[in-house]
Amino acid sequence: MQQIWDIAKSFDWSPFWISLKTGIVATIICFFLGLWAARQVLRCGPKTRAFVDSILTLPMVLAPTVSGFFLLLLFSLRRPLGAWLYESFNIKVVQTWLGCIIAASVIAFPLMYRNARAAFEQVDPDLVYAARTLGMSETKLFWRVVMPAAGPGVASATVLTFARALGEYGATSMLAGNIAGKTGTISQRIANVIKDGDYLTAGVWVIIMMIMALIIMVAINLISGGKSHRQNRW
Amino acid sequence: MAIYVDIKKKMGDFELKVKFEAGHETLALLGDSGCGKSMTLRCIAGIMTPDEGVIRINDHLVFDSEKKINIRPQDRHVGFLFQNYALFPNMTVLENIMVGLERQGKQSKAYRAEEAGKYVEALHLSGLEDHYPSQLSGGQQQRTALARILASKPEILLLDEPFSALDAALRWEMEQVVRNTIKEFDGSTLLVSHNRDEVYRLSDKVAVYLNGHIDAFDEKWKLFADPHTAAAARLTGCKNISKAHVEGRKIVADEWGIAFDLPREGFWQAIGLRAHDFRLCQEGAPYSFAYEVTDRIEDTFSYIISIRPQGVVDSPVIRWELDKAEGVKVPDQGFCCVSKEKVMLLTQ
Repeated sequence: MQQIWDIAKSFDWSPFWISLKTGIVATIICFFLGLWAARQVLRCGPKTRAFVDSILTLPMVLAPTVSGFFLLLLFSLRRPLGAWLYESFNIKVVQTWLGCIIAASVIAFPLMYRNARAAFEQVDPDLVYAARTLGMSETKLFWRVVMPAAGPGVASATVLTFARALGEYGATSMLAGNIAGKTGTISQRIANVIKDGDYLTAGVWVIIMMIMALIIMVAINLISGGKSHRQNRW
Repeated sequence: MAIYVDIKKKMGDFELKVKFEAGHETLALLGDSGCGKSMTLRCIAGIMTPDEGVIRINDHLVFDSEKKINIRPQDRHVGFLFQNYALFPNMTVLENIMVGLERQGKQSKAYRAEEAGKYVEALHLSGLEDHYPSQLSGGQQQRTALARILASKPEILLLDEPFSALDAALRWEMEQVVRNTIKEFDGSTLLVSHNRDEVYRLSDKVAVYLNGHIDAFDEKWKLFADPHTAAAARLTGCKNISKAHVEGRKIVADEWGIAFDLPREGFWQAIGLRAHDFRLCQEGAPYSFAYEVTDRIEDTFSYIISIRPQGVVDSPVIRWELDKAEGVKVPDQGFCCVSKEKVMLLTQ
C-alpha cells in the first residue's frame, strides 16, 4: 500500500496528457477525413472502389511498424518531403509531437473510414432520394438526413478511432520516438518501464489504460444500443 | 402534353424501353413486380439516369441524352411518393413537411411552420405535428408523406405502389385520401401498381408493363373491356386465358379444347374469359360449352367453381365466380356460356 502511495506522489502524468491530446487531435483529423473518404468511395464504381478501399484499409491490416517504416521514409529529414517541409515551413515530424499525431491518425484512420462507410451503407437510399426530389441541396441533405440516420454508427466509429489512436504504439515509436514529456505516450511508457523491470509503474499505467478502454466500450454500447426503441430480449 | 417519356435503360439482362405521354390526368402503370414500372418513375424523378432518351415535364426538358441535358432531381419539381414513404426519422411531422418548402428558398422559420401548418390541416394531421414518424400509424405516415410532397408544389405526382405497405382496413381509407389528392392536383399523376382494382378506381388511362416495355396502352375502361394482349388480360384480372388459333369462321381455344364462332375477324393468338362472365345455359347456345365441375371453393361472398370442358381431361381448370345464391345452383355437369362481347380476343 505504502509503495503505491509513494509512486502516486512522484508520478509523472505527462504520458497521460500526451496520449490524450494525441488521441483527441488524431480523432478530429480522422473524423473529417474518414467521413469524406467514405462518402467519396461510395460514389465510385465497383472496381475503383475495391482498389481505393484496399489502400485506405491497409494501415489496419499491416503491422503498425510497417506503417511506421513508410512514414519514416516519407517524413525523414533526409527524404524529399521531410526536407521540404522542414526547409519551407520549419515543420519537423520525426521525433516530435506532430509525429505522434500523424502516426496515430494513419493507424486509426481505417477504423473511422470503414465504420463510417458501413454506417452510410445502412442509410436507406430512398431517404436521400426523397430529400433530393424535395429540393434539398447535397450539403444540407448530408448533414440533415444522412448524418442523423448514420449517427449511431458514425459515433461509435469515432469512439473506436479515439481508442485506437490513444493506444497507438508501433508506428508512433518509430516516427515520434519516446521522448519523455514530448512524445512519450502511455503505451511507450509501459514498454519502457517494463524494460527496466519496473512492474509496479507499468501496472499503474495498465490499470489506467484498462479503465479508459472500459469507459470507451461502455460509451460505444450506449451510443449504438441506447437509442433503439426495441426491447426484445431473449 | 404534361408528361412525355421516351427512354431506354439497360441493367444487366433487363432492358427498359418505354414511350408514352399523358396530359393532366392520371396514368396508371400496371404490371408485375420487376417489370420496370418503378424504374420509369425513378428515371422521371432523376433518381436514376436512363441510358438514352427524352423526358419532358410540362414542356420542361428535364432529360435529353442527345443534348446532354440531365436536370438534377432537386430542380425537376416532381412529387415522389415512396413505397415506404421515406419520412426522415429524425424530424417531426411538421419538420418533415417543412422540408417540402425547401425550394421556396430562404424563409423565416415562423413562415415555414405556418405554411407547413396548412398542409397539416389539409391532410388531417392536426395534433400530430410534434410526433416522430416512428410514433405514427402507416396511414398517418402516408398522410405526412403526401403533405410533404404537396408542400413542395410539384408539377407532377409520382406514386410508387402507394398502398402496398398498408393493411386492408387502412388501404381503403388511404385510397380515398390519395383519390382526393389526385382530383385536386393540377397536373399529371403517374400511379404505379399491380392491383387492377386500385388502378381501375384511380386512373384515367392505363399502361400495361411487360418485361420492360409497354404491352398495351389505352383508356382504362377500353383496356379492361378489350385488353388487346394476353399479358394485359391477365394483369387486368382475367383468370382464364388459353392459347388459341383461328380456323375458318371459328376460334379454337387450344388448351381447353373448345371452339367458338369467331366474333371478330383478326389474327388472334389467345382467348380470355373473365371468371364473372359465365352463365348457365341450354345446349347449343352461342359461345357455350359442356362443363364438369372439378372443385368448389366457398369464398367470403361468392363461390369459386373450378370447371373444365367435358371430356377434356388435360384442360387447365377454368375459374368461374358467382354469388353464393347463384353458386349453389350450379350442377356438377351442364352447359355454360358467355355473351359475345365478353369473349376477349387477344394477341400474345
